[in-house]
Amino acid sequence: MTQRREFLKRLGVLSAATGLSTLSIPAFAASKDPIKVGVLHSLSGTMAISETALKDVALMTFAEINAAGGLLGRMIEPVVVDPASNWPLFAEKARQLITKDKVAVTFGCWTSVSRKSVLPVYEELNSLLFYPVQYEGEELSQNVFYTGAAPNQQAIPAVEYLLSAEGGGAKRVFLLGTDYVYPRTTNKILRAFLKTKGFADKDIEEVYTPFGHSDYQTIVANIKKFAAGGPTCVVSTINGDSNVPFYKELGNAGLKAKDVPVVAFSVAEQELAGMDTKPLVGHLAAWNYFQSVKSPANTKFVKMWKDYVKKQGLKDFPVTDDPMEATYVGIHMWAQAVKKAGTLEIGAVRTAMAGQTFAAPSGFTLTMDKTNHHLHKPVMIGEIRGDGQLDVVWKTKGPIRAQPWSPYIAGNEKKQSL
Amino acid sequence: MRVRALFYFFLLCQCLPAYALTQAQLAPLAGEDFDAKLTLIDQLGSRGDPSAKVLLQALTDKTVWIASNGQLLRLEGETYVDAATGAAVAANAEDLQDVVVNNRMQRHLDSALAGLTLFDADPKLRLAAAQALAERGDADLLPTIKKAQAQEQDAKIKSELTQAAALIELATGDAATRKAAVQALADADSPKVRALLADRIAKDTQGKIAEADPEVRLTIERALAAIDRRGVLAGYLARIFSGISLGSVLMLAALGLAITYGLMGVINMAHGEFLMLGAYATYVVQGVFRQHFPAQLDWYLPAALPAAFLAAFLVGVILERTVIRWLYGRPLESLLATWGLSLILIQAVRTFFGPQNVEVANPAWMSGGWEVIPNLILPYNRMVIIGFALAVLVAVWLILTRTRLGLFVRGVTQNRKMADCLGVPTSRVDTLTFGLGAGIAGLGGVALSQIGNVGPELGQAYIVDSFMVVVLGGVGQLAGTVAGGFGLGVVNKFLEPWIGAVLAKIAVLIFIIAFIQKRPQGLFAMKGRQADN
Repeated sequence: MTQRREFLKRLGVLSAATGLSTLSIPAFAASKDPIKVGVLHSLSGTMAISETALKDVALMTFAEINAAGGLLGRMIEPVVVDPASNWPLFAEKARQLITKDKVAVTFGCWTSVSRKSVLPVYEELNSLLFYPVQYEGEELSQNVFYTGAAPNQQAIPAVEYLLSAEGGGAKRVFLLGTDYVYPRTTNKILRAFLKTKGFADKDIEEVYTPFGHSDYQTIVANIKKFAAGGPTCVVSTINGDSNVPFYKELGNAGLKAKDVPVVAFSVAEQELAGMDTKPLVGHLAAWNYFQSVKSPANTKFVKMWKDYVKKQGLKDFPVTDDPMEATYVGIHMWAQAVKKAGTLEIGAVRTAMAGQTFAAPSGFTLTMDKTNHHLHKPVMIGEIRGDGQLDVVWKTKGPIRAQPWSPYIAGNEKKQSL
Repeated sequence: MRVRALFYFFLLCQCLPAYALTQAQLAPLAGEDFDAKLTLIDQLGSRGDPSAKVLLQALTDKTVWIASNGQLLRLEGETYVDAATGAAVAANAEDLQDVVVNNRMQRHLDSALAGLTLFDADPKLRLAAAQALAERGDADLLPTIKKAQAQEQDAKIKSELTQAAALIELATGDAATRKAAVQALADADSPKVRALLADRIAKDTQGKIAEADPEVRLTIERALAAIDRRGVLAGYLARIFSGISLGSVLMLAALGLAITYGLMGVINMAHGEFLMLGAYATYVVQGVFRQHFPAQLDWYLPAALPAAFLAAFLVGVILERTVIRWLYGRPLESLLATWGLSLILIQAVRTFFGPQNVEVANPAWMSGGWEVIPNLILPYNRMVIIGFALAVLVAVWLILTRTRLGLFVRGVTQNRKMADCLGVPTSRVDTLTFGLGAGIAGLGGVALSQIGNVGPELGQAYIVDSFMVVVLGGVGQLAGTVAGGFGLGVVNKFLEPWIGAVLAKIAVLIFIIAFIQKRPQGLFAMKGRQADN
């Protein structure tokens, strides 16, 4: 029996690898072994600060599914590995998860560079990765489902809001970021977008700082000078750790959110919980979910997380944020797709993912796009409160479709879906 | 007489039933129409009755809610009251929705509230109100401002009010009024005023200029030139200050290393982690104060200094006794060992405090800044850190030159064998010196916690900079560390506006490499013979 199962497993991998994705193997699905799933998040190194909470929320969601009877009559058994914020190690660990642990799916990665590092592995071994973080787009793979936002689901609506009368009617935009791929690409898209709105080059300022930059005196002085030219907003793609020095400097230099609002794309509730929020009050963040959203699904999600953190004695903050929600939604959608497909076989699950819907904590029913592997997501702008939560000051009427290939980057017209 | 008239006026407001607010009037606050909300806020501001003021204040404080039946409620103390009438209402917090106040509404709220507090008895409130109005003129408020201006006695408030009135008249008055307005504004240096003035003479998309009168245009041009001249001066002063400030941070971060590496010669890769331990000690002390002395919370920082020093000192002493003392004179091994120690310390903190950053708040007396001249604001936290850096520097200098321990330290570092022969307990001196270096780094950590993040990785961000300062300044010289720190800070801040933060960092690194090639001993070389070499 064991031999036979082993053989069938190999056949499964083989059939998937050779693209015979329609072949389904009932015997494989009917076995009572637990379903192994991979969790690929850094638990040490620089990214541990962000990724640890995602590992924990994934474990919580697996426990939730198991408590409800598991999947296909089998329990989910997470395999947690630590790629230690080391990009090549991400690829090694991914390979280990797929070939040694034989996981059915992997949930993981945060930085774009880690995703780029594992991508060839997932494509070569034909396995599935769910990626839960907002990113710069310009990528699409058969083997990845993106449950975070593409630029048109975060950056562009946020800037549109700041340009609107309601958001302050900004006439000048200061693009400030850490010097790496996500801010550079996002700002390239935003610059092209602003040009279509009639902005001249002199009204757009683009500034980058090195990783871990902690002295924002000169930049804040520049923002002040730039703001003298008319209503200004700052679009910040500053990477997590540099945010505190930046906002502190801003507050101490007397620049208030009322006059020069800053919208950030990488400051969420988990980061805010580790900051002195006084200098941040009134500044904005753009996401697809906030903990303060009022919906039954969110009440349940927030309570579940708080209980989980308490019960397990975790060091995570008992607050939820966007990437956590994206992880939660991704896992549930995958489970639904597996149920629909009735098998763990990659091709069948991938087909079943298309058009999958889930009533997400954000209060909207999210749909997995039929062709581009991205979620349709609502966009929300939140204003930071003193207690580290955000008030939703604006949101889209409904979920909007992702454009992983931004129309604002030349040459993208032809690359629309898979 | 005037006061009494005002008193009657307010009395009248309170008595007149026509002034009472109704839920129907407030309905836009619960609605979707954003412009209607702004209109309502402006109306409330111009009504001038106390109930409107209370409501506006409540909106600013975000204590206004919408009940499930659409009724607007306000939180007064612990109870919910009808936002219009002030009558108590039973409400369940779960069913309430917030009235969202965004930045634009907040601006309108500020000027509405300012209009209402312009006549307050408290000069501080009046000044704040006048400043709020001077920052954003609201044409509807012109009569109120004029009235307040006429009866205001305080010169400072009066000048703010004059500016507020001028801002409005700039766009609305006749040519003579406009010219007078420009002249009144020429002394103001706020970016907002400059933008408004520049706007008046800038060509719009159709090539039209808002200011029609050529004479007024000329006055505006002159005023702008004067503002810009003062701006250039403020810019230079600000740059020097930020250079000194960055320099003081660098020096503070490097001072501990100047002892452990500079004097003792241990290539101490764990130096950053002593900074981090100091910052975490600050966090712990803050927690203790929050728990036990919430009234004195603002003063947790002085209490954190000895705690941070002791924590880092103890860890330093333990590490020296157990690991580092076996590696003296073996730079490569000590480099590897201290690097390993740094990883162990980081992971220990991560396990104990969690991988996330922890929150260390600026005390109130360190938030904000001092406006020396317009456009030049010196943040309090930076000034405190400059002062603190100098104080620590003096303390270290005194310890090294005026105490017995200092004498031993200098003796041992200059000629270990001779010092040993003369009966100096060299091994104990080593331990204490290393502990002292670690403790000083801990003090640096307290300062760093006030300008940046506190997380397990904190030290990693400063280790390279610290080595740079010590090597540039000259190993073994305190004066070198001072010169290195401040020099790097000022050079960095003068390069940054010119070529950007990324290139400035690269340029500084290249400069240091070139400098060390040319002058390996650093800025300040050890004088005289060194028996160890």
